[in-house]
Amino acid sequence: MAISEKDVKHVAWLARLALSDAEVEKFAKQLDVILEHAGKIAELDTKDVQPTAHAIPLKNVLREDKVGRCLAPEVALANAPHQEDQAFVVPRIV
Amino acid sequence: MEFESVIGLEIHVELDTESKMFCGCSTRFGEAPNTQTCPVCLGMPGSLPVPNKKAVEYVIRTGLAIFCDISLFSQFHRKNYFYPDMPKNYQISQYDIPLCIDGHVDLEMEDYATTIGVTRIHLEEDTGKLLHIGGAGRIAGADYSQVDFNRAGVPLMEIVSEPDIRTPEEAKAYAQKIRAILVSLGVSDCNMDQGSMRVDANISLRPVGREELGVKAELKNLNSFRSLQRGLAYEIERQTKALQNGEAIVQETRHWDETKNTTSTLRTKEYAHDYRYFPDPDLVPMEFDPEWIEGLRAELPELPDERKERYMSDFGLPAHDANLLVETKATGDFFEAAVALYGGDAKIMSNWILGDLTYYLNSENVEIDAGEVKPAHLVEMVELIDDGTISGKIAKELFSEMFKTGKMPKAIVEEKGMTQISGQDEIAKIVDDVIAQNPDAVQEFHDGKERAFGFLVGQAMRLTKGRGNPQLINRLLKERL
Repeated sequence: MAISEKDVKHVAWLARLALSDAEVEKFAKQLDVILEHAGKIAELDTKDVQPTAHAIPLKNVLREDKVGRCLAPEVALANAPHQEDQAFVVPRIV
Repeated sequence: MEFESVIGLEIHVELDTESKMFCGCSTRFGEAPNTQTCPVCLGMPGSLPVPNKKAVEYVIRTGLAIFCDISLFSQFHRKNYFYPDMPKNYQISQYDIPLCIDGHVDLEMEDYATTIGVTRIHLEEDTGKLLHIGGAGRIAGADYSQVDFNRAGVPLMEIVSEPDIRTPEEAKAYAQKIRAILVSLGVSDCNMDQGSMRVDANISLRPVGREELGVKAELKNLNSFRSLQRGLAYEIERQTKALQNGEAIVQETRHWDETKNTTSTLRTKEYAHDYRYFPDPDLVPMEFDPEWIEGLRAELPELPDERKERYMSDFGLPAHDANLLVETKATGDFFEAAVALYGGDAKIMSNWILGDLTYYLNSENVEIDAGEVKPAHLVEMVELIDDGTISGKIAKELFSEMFKTGKMPKAIVEEKGMTQISGQDEIAKIVDDVIAQNPDAVQEFHDGKERAFGFLVGQAMRLTKGRGNPQLINRLLKERL
């Protein structure tokens, strides 16, 4: 197994997911299968192949520096669970 | 043991564009909270970012100005982290292919010159602003925080230096030079008070002569050039003591406290710096035409180093003056406007600008382009000295008045009766009085004591309330003695 339970717990923490022990075991196996599948590419010689920057062959999609319309603050804040003084409110950070 | 400090700076600069990096929201500073947001900068599902062309151009111009290689191919990555300053839970930034790499900045210190390498310049988006409620406004101890996303998504350029800086003075000089260059380029106003230029410093110590780097601390909250210099000086002292006592330096982020004059561990949530960068699938790569880049190079405006050379060759200024005048673009502009108005010696303008004007600006903490004294004030005042209306001494008094009120020199001279007394008869009478009232000093002068003469001149000046023409007093006093 390339993926240990410790790896799964670490990735879960980074994604802020609370996993049960049973889930950790289950996901370790699933992630292992995924990695193994992706690992197939290592069988190929990719020395002269450029890394893919994007899945579609587009480049230089840029916009001019023009000001457009913004949301009204009450619309921007409409889905905020908590708000105060026209600001989003978040619980204490540290 | 002798230690050497190794310092590298990360300078973040908000670019002076009208609209944000990936959406059309305005970047204006100081508006009511959350009035400049849209689905893109709020990270709403289904919204798509599109990069601001001008911001890309500004970063490339900066790279050209500090001798970087410009990447002909570049792309944006997502930097993933959970923190309430970004609604998307990632920041769009650049990773392995920044827009510019390998530049440098030359510094002229008081008695030596040095070069600071620039590792990279990349483009990203600024984060939102947090307002901590309770706990005296500090994040540690606050009850909760308010978030304003007006700043989230403003184009932000990060300039990362090599660890080539050795002293707090070099750090300050480097940051000041970067600012002068950016302001000359017109890519940012670099206003440290408003946070459009922010400096973080990495600093470690190592025994002199050793190659290997020591453990570093990252310093934050350096909100002025003064804080940068003082914060680093404090850290050098702290780390030196620790190392001499055999203590280990902990790699950490430290907060500079300007009022207490110390740094302290910044308590932030323990999160691993595991950003899992990956190319942003919402943004396609950028490829630049070398000809377009050469066009930008050809259009670069005059930069501080070139300006300094010109001041030395065209105006005959000493290197010391020229260096100080180009430290900010506004100072150089002031100097040039004054020289253009004034027919005489440019050095005289330089002396007043670097002397009295700088003194008053610093003591009142005013920027040169925001002060009451304009080039026209200075020139009119110097012309009053030149034609003998006022003495250099009165000019100093006049300058203070001009600085406070912004009135023109001629008006102040009239209003306050500051004109110089140059009438032969009037001065002669005063000189006679001085001689009559100070027989001891007169005797001392005749005994060969030169200092007694200076005393008598001083007495005459006092009687004229500083308005007597010094040359005339000197001459008449000599004649009568």
